[in-house]
Amino acid sequence: MQPLLKVERVVKAYSSKNVAGAREKLLALDGVSFEVAQGGTLAIVGESGSGKSTLGSCISCLEIPTSGSIWFEGRDIVALAESERRKVRPRIQLIFQDPSNSLNPRWSVEEILLEPLTLQGKPKQEKMRQRAVALMTEVGLSAELFQRLPAQLSGGQRQRLAIARALALEPKLLILDEALSALDCSVQAQIANLLMELQRTLAMTYLFITHDLAMAAHLADEIVVMNRGRVVEQGPAEKVLRHPKEEITRHLLAAMPSLDSAARPPLEL
Amino acid sequence: MVPILEVQDLHVSYSLPGGASYTALAGVRFQLMPGEILGVLGESGSGKSTLAASLLKLLPSNGNISKGSVLFEGKDLLCASDGELEAIRGKRISLVYQEPSVALHPALRASEQVFHVLAAHESAGKSTLRQKTRQVLASLFLEEADRISSSYPHQLSGGQRQRVLIAQAIACGPSLLIADEPTASLDPTTQMEILGVFRTLRDELGLAMIFITHNPALLAGFADRVLVLYGGRVAELGPARTVLSSPKHPYTQALLQSMPQILEGTANKRKTKLRAIGDSSAIPLPFEGCVFEPRCPERMEDCRKREPALVNLGESHTVSCFKYGG
Repeated sequence: MQPLLKVERVVKAYSSKNVAGAREKLLALDGVSFEVAQGGTLAIVGESGSGKSTLGSCISCLEIPTSGSIWFEGRDIVALAESERRKVRPRIQLIFQDPSNSLNPRWSVEEILLEPLTLQGKPKQEKMRQRAVALMTEVGLSAELFQRLPAQLSGGQRQRLAIARALALEPKLLILDEALSALDCSVQAQIANLLMELQRTLAMTYLFITHDLAMAAHLADEIVVMNRGRVVEQGPAEKVLRHPKEEITRHLLAAMPSLDSAARPPLEL
Repeated sequence: MVPILEVQDLHVSYSLPGGASYTALAGVRFQLMPGEILGVLGESGSGKSTLAASLLKLLPSNGNISKGSVLFEGKDLLCASDGELEAIRGKRISLVYQEPSVALHPALRASEQVFHVLAAHESAGKSTLRQKTRQVLASLFLEEADRISSSYPHQLSGGQRQRVLIAQAIACGPSLLIADEPTASLDPTTQMEILGVFRTLRDELGLAMIFITHNPALLAGFADRVLVLYGGRVAELGPARTVLSSPKHPYTQALLQSMPQILEGTANKRKTKLRAIGDSSAIPLPFEGCVFEPRCPERMEDCRKREPALVNLGESHTVSCFKYGG
């Protein structure tokens, strides 16, 4: 079967001026390749600065790679004209780490949910309301919350709202950029369960960007380990975590806080 | 041994617009021995940050400590005058906050930020204080100390900024450090590194610590004892190993079970649902009976009627639940 998403030798270079005014080139992504099957979950793990989030931005068309191809539903979105890319964008949605920063604090739940529909010129008021209520039901939010502001929701409810907004345009691919990291442990479990439920009912495909290997192991079929803009290791989640080949993977595993303190290396300054 | 800190029956509430009030802490009590690390575990809204703030009387203006005492080295901080508190805050008891990028002054070099803390508390001359600043930074950054000292916060990584905050906190040689989610914004590798710093400080300086977090996994192998806070009440308090490996309170049990365990039989367990605890936002307040009752998987007849008391399970392990007598 053709993969839903295929990333081929993607390079993203940023240039910046250093203190002396000289141009510096930073390779945020340095020849990244992988693919994700329809309905599957791929976790991208790595330390801060490894390029995980840049990759998410490139795939969601927020950034254009310097070179390489990103095949989505059989088309290379890097080579598309902007007008064509616009049509692809709704199909790939991004969910961020901190729902309190990614939701407009002055908008009600209703306004937040309807914005994507309005922007895409979707049908009449009444139908939109129905759609918004359906979306809320889908993510387990009570319709009573319709007029609330984000500040009047709990952290878990806010992230549910962010997911509902992402689902509004019926995407095929959801990019979850540390979407669970800012939440309480017990809420993380609720949202993880919701994501799995949505995957089952909507055949959703996930790209799960995280530094939480335990959650990656729980949700993902495949894991890609990144370091300094490169893919250093990839394979089935269980294989990568049980038999890590690369030093960096072992390093990430060792740094995972675990309830089993015996499994933890001694702490050093 | 005499405890360095003794919190007795602490009640804190916030007054809300319209005359209502919200109880943030109710009857919190614990002791802290010199050199001990107490992990305070709780979810958003459990009152853990309120606890940190009330120990130093740093509550916002609508916060009100209605009852209780905080004995630090034998003195009740809640009765202390502003002058006395000023001499204690930052010198005898320090606070380390969650977000180092917000807690540091963006336009001052790292060394200046540490210097100001020293200057606020010590009357020695400038050159002595500069010398001391260097020593403190050197102890946290080793050979990198000079470069870090002259850097501004934006030039530092998250872990380095957190170390600068720690340098500020230990500059005056406190005997108690309160850390409120100090590693929450860091990635796991840096998180471990900062935990290591705290551990070393305890071992070398004999600092007692209150380490506040929502992540139980951080406390394993780090804290000596764990206090589980739920709805402003002490749900469970005991030795870290006992609480984290064989928790007794239904909330602690549910919390620990809700976490995915890495490599835990991935093949068959993966893609099964995690055991989530019900949503806390559904709970009406105020509430009679046990605060955890609405979400509790093991609720009983008694739980709605009154609040459970703390039951001693032995080996300094206490739990507040009717399952054990209450």
